[in-house]
Amino acid sequence: MTTDNKRLTIPKPVAKQAGELDDRLHAAKGVRTLLRKVFPDHWTFLLGEIALYSFIILILTGIFLTLFFQPSMTDVIYHGSYTKLDGVRMSQAYQSTLNISFDVRGGLLMRQIHHWAADVFLAAILCHLLRIFFTGAYRKPRETNWLIGIVMFTLGILEGFLGYSMPDDLLSGTGVRIAEGVLLGIPVVGTYLSFFLFGGQFPGTEFVVRFYIIHVLLIPGLLLALVSAHLFLMVHQKHTQMPGPGRTNANVVGQPMYPYFMVKTGAFFFFVFGVLALVATFAQINPIWEVGPYTPTAISAGSQPDFYMGFLEGSLRMFPSWTWDIGGHTISWDVLIPALVVPGLIFTALGIWPFLESWATGDKSYHNVNQRPRNAPTRTAIGMAGITIYGILWLEGANDIIAVHLQIPLYLTTEIARWAIFIGPVIVFWATRRICFGLQRRDASMLTHGVETGIIRQLPNGAFVELERPLSEGEVAEIAAPSPSPTAAITAPEVDDNGLPEPALRGARGKLQARVHEIFVEGISLAPPTNGHGNGHGNGHAAIDGESERAAVGGGGTPQAEDGGATEDGE
Amino acid sequence: MRWITARRRRPLFGYAAVLLALVAVGMLYAAVTGVGGSTASAGSGSSSAQIAEGKDLFDTSCSSCHGLDAQGSSVAPSLIGAGAAAVDFQVGTGRMPLKEIGAEAAQKPPVFNQQQIYAIAAYVASLGGGPAIPTDQQVSTAGADAGNGQSLFNANCAQCHNYSGAGGALTDGKYAPPLTNATNRQIYEAMLTGPEAMPVFNDETLPSADKRDIIAYITQTRAEANPGGFSLGRIGPTTEGLVAWLGGIGALVLAAMWITAKRREERTGDHG
Amino acid sequence: MSDNDRDLEDTPAERQAPHRVIGTPAPAPGILADPERGDGDDGGKGTRPYGPGEAEAPELDELPAENPNPVSARNWERVAAALFIVSALASVAFIAAYVGLEVGGDTKGNVVVATLRSNLALGSAMALAFLAIGIGMVIWVRNIMPPVELAEERHPMASPKEDRQAFAETIIEGAEASQITKRPLLRRTLIAATLPAALAPLVILRDLGPEPKGSLRTTVWKKGTRLLVYGTNQPITPADFDSPGGMITVVPEGYQDNDEALAKATAIIIKMEPGQLQVPTRYDDGADGARTLLNSMNWTVDNIVAYSKICTHLGCPAALYEQTTQRILCPCHQSTFQANTGATVIFGPAPRPLPQLPIATNAQGYLVAQSDFQEPVGPSFWERG
Repeated sequence: MTTDNKRLTIPKPVAKQAGELDDRLHAAKGVRTLLRKVFPDHWTFLLGEIALYSFIILILTGIFLTLFFQPSMTDVIYHGSYTKLDGVRMSQAYQSTLNISFDVRGGLLMRQIHHWAADVFLAAILCHLLRIFFTGAYRKPRETNWLIGIVMFTLGILEGFLGYSMPDDLLSGTGVRIAEGVLLGIPVVGTYLSFFLFGGQFPGTEFVVRFYIIHVLLIPGLLLALVSAHLFLMVHQKHTQMPGPGRTNANVVGQPMYPYFMVKTGAFFFFVFGVLALVATFAQINPIWEVGPYTPTAISAGSQPDFYMGFLEGSLRMFPSWTWDIGGHTISWDVLIPALVVPGLIFTALGIWPFLESWATGDKSYHNVNQRPRNAPTRTAIGMAGITIYGILWLEGANDIIAVHLQIPLYLTTEIARWAIFIGPVIVFWATRRICFGLQRRDASMLTHGVETGIIRQLPNGAFVELERPLSEGEVAEIAAPSPSPTAAITAPEVDDNGLPEPALRGARGKLQARVHEIFVEGISLAPPTNGHGNGHGNGHAAIDGESERAAVGGGGTPQAEDGGATEDGE
Repeated sequence: MRWITARRRRPLFGYAAVLLALVAVGMLYAAVTGVGGSTASAGSGSSSAQIAEGKDLFDTSCSSCHGLDAQGSSVAPSLIGAGAAAVDFQVGTGRMPLKEIGAEAAQKPPVFNQQQIYAIAAYVASLGGGPAIPTDQQVSTAGADAGNGQSLFNANCAQCHNYSGAGGALTDGKYAPPLTNATNRQIYEAMLTGPEAMPVFNDETLPSADKRDIIAYITQTRAEANPGGFSLGRIGPTTEGLVAWLGGIGALVLAAMWITAKRREERTGDHG
Repeated sequence: MSDNDRDLEDTPAERQAPHRVIGTPAPAPGILADPERGDGDDGGKGTRPYGPGEAEAPELDELPAENPNPVSARNWERVAAALFIVSALASVAFIAAYVGLEVGGDTKGNVVVATLRSNLALGSAMALAFLAIGIGMVIWVRNIMPPVELAEERHPMASPKEDRQAFAETIIEGAEASQITKRPLLRRTLIAATLPAALAPLVILRDLGPEPKGSLRTTVWKKGTRLLVYGTNQPITPADFDSPGGMITVVPEGYQDNDEALAKATAIIIKMEPGQLQVPTRYDDGADGARTLLNSMNWTVDNIVAYSKICTHLGCPAALYEQTTQRILCPCHQSTFQANTGATVIFGPAPRPLPQLPIATNAQGYLVAQSDFQEPVGPSFWERG
């Protein structure tokens, strides 16, 4: 022990065991790297953790439920403790769910935590997806992780649907009926798919068992594998970070895994579990005893799926009647387009987005520093337009509830949705882009003039001015950014010496790329000021006028972008 | 763009934008919450010498729409054959006398007391018969089978009134009201007479005993505690989703912000 | 007026200028490491911590061992400790609530209230236990552990050219050694061997269910099958069902509890006012030229008409009947059918009218079906035609 500070020493037995392990695993260096890994700090980086921990909680509570649930569609007459349903015919699945709720201590709590966790899991995935999208964290080298995420999102939605359909209650059974109807509508193979899934006609006696095994084994297995790959990639490529002082494209600034991040993330796990337990205590979810057992003869007003399927429901409600009968075959467009084409388009668009953006911007460089959404106006605007489309579909899914509670005539809600789905995204796209440009201008003016302090000074000539202080280095680091990423061939001279256009710009596709590129990289230069204030007076000003916006494009060759901010492809 | 750009810094512009948005949203909402068609009702009843009192009350409060002989008019249906049960229901729930013609006659505090209602009912019944006011024995739920009521309710009532009786939307601004306040007799009468857009379930189709079972189911469900916590309106995944986002994600985002916030010493002192 | 007038001067008042936060607040100065420093090997590269207030890096590569503000740390430690104790107590309370509060068959009072009590007790205890420990841990990290910020170097993701080349060479070497490139017979027969093996797992799923064949085209309704009121399971006569505006769900006799049959056979009967019912005579011209009658007034009895309850959109029961407008509304996606004119679609996504069930009365006066539905009920499918 030294005199100035008593250092800890590792106790001998622990050291011995660690040595034994290392003898067999060669782990010392690898584990040390892991323990020293630096994790950057921003609250938005915890959204994925909400999803991860909800997933773990789903597994834990799910195991409890599997010990009591009976996945069987055999009919029984109920004579259990919930006497209001005495004598009612129901499936064993429904009866065992009533059992869990009313006869197993903690059963209702576990059911509710499980269901709330499923909702929070998918909501967190959506928030996490949006954060990744709006900060551009999916850019090279993280496209694979983005794709894995989209796949997990899709699996999560399917898993949730299967999960809440297993108790075989009236509400979820209606959803299964609708799913069967969609399957039937698929051309050529639809009836076969439906008969194979249900073991015959609807409802059959099989679907609860089959949903059970998919829900309890197959999809969780896939998700576990994908989540592991997702986390491994994140650790291997290191997490992105928000722009700030000392943060470059070639480093990660934050706190080490051991002990700081471990404790933080462990605490967050308890937060997630605690909040879910709190919600499960005070907010009732899926009260199947009120809804009643499923029968194909009954239906409830205000039948909705869980929120993450809401966009599909709205899509179905919005579509007008449209069907083709040709040559003895029926194609129901009113089912195929809303239930298959629309989600297909949405998920495909999400999946190919990183590659689309990379093609549009011509940006093939590495990006480890996130972008503030305002610095990518077109991406942000497209994202907001996408949210608008998704949101309108989602709202329309609850249109009868909205109609009755906000006293809007029922058909009118659908008519509004039919128009809004086309007009809304266009308006939102335009407005978002303008807002981004406005915010960029404000940033540019802060970089040149500094920020207002609220202190007013009277000049000798009687005028009042508000004092400004120049931005600190840290603040400059956070908001200065080369707004268009450095690009390659696209910004090369359009015509070479012989009068031929650049190879990349030839042909219809090349011209399209050039035009798309222009729209994508339009932005305001946010070069940091050369000495803090006064000088560089023309820096932000020229960019405020409409004409010079285009001059800032390309990140090079114009006086405004003299140092163009730090070049951020640090490879 | 240049015009907006030049003026956007003026303080008034911000207020103007907000005002414009408020006005636009208000106008939009007013436009879509419209008035729909007019109402209709049906029912019948019969009784004794309150008829004279009933006729007086009828002439004062009902004849302006329903006609002096209850023959109906362009804004109200004929009440001949409607019966006492219909009158007891409509007037007893305050739906009649109608305050304004809209898509739906909304429930409101009744204008007449029970004795007066019996009188009007007797008068209307005397005009052309129709279903009688059910007796207390007919609407008593003692010994009723709520389980049978559950399956009947789900098959015949839930599609409009929702599985927990929370109500639901119909077309053109009409709605099936929530069943929270209806008395046993009012539920019976509604089934029997089919008020407004509601279908008629007469006693030959849906016997009295089955109606009692349904009433037992409704009243037991209404009175039942919510073991899982707040009921969130008992309307299902819509409100559940709202709570998951606002309560669940909201609380966790706040927690995340706290966990990652810079401590005070780290924040200050960075004054450039 | 030059910009200089707007600069803050070093007067007492102006030194107190409020610090306006922009973006994410930055950490204290001097905390960051030099990002270039590294020691060239795999582990723990380039991390050099600075304590707050230190202008330069300490020599040792280690995290600070003491919190610079020990008094505050002690106080926060007490707070965190209290929270951990609360959490422990809450966990004990959870166990006590589990043991002490009965549910289900063992309760003496109202089962629902007992469940509510148990859920409240167990849930609040669990929530408190988890939240208390979570809050305590966060206080531990934020206020007891010394603040630190490290920088770690990133490595280029692309492997060096030599590595890539070596990789490519290994692949080629192996391919050559395996001989597979030089032996097309081997290669092609190997591929041929894997194809059926890949198909087999799909084929063995065949027995998941029967082939649809024609089963979707018919229901269990036959000539003479009595209509039973669903729930009461009683047959019905037109004299019983005589209130205009009446509507009720009916099922075929003998199949009241058969969900599979009911999923297609469930029907509704509606009693209209005299003159209201105007079902048109509608035919379907099939692909093979055969004409099928789909709607007829002859299929009604005494202003009573019967339609399939299974919505032609996606199979929900289209059950909502407005007697004033004679509309049948399906609550799932708001398909609306006009009941008095053959259940034609007037709004919503449904592609076809609800099939009409031909009804008549039998010798005893009960409502019976004249035959099965004359077209497939429920959602459309490819073979429907």
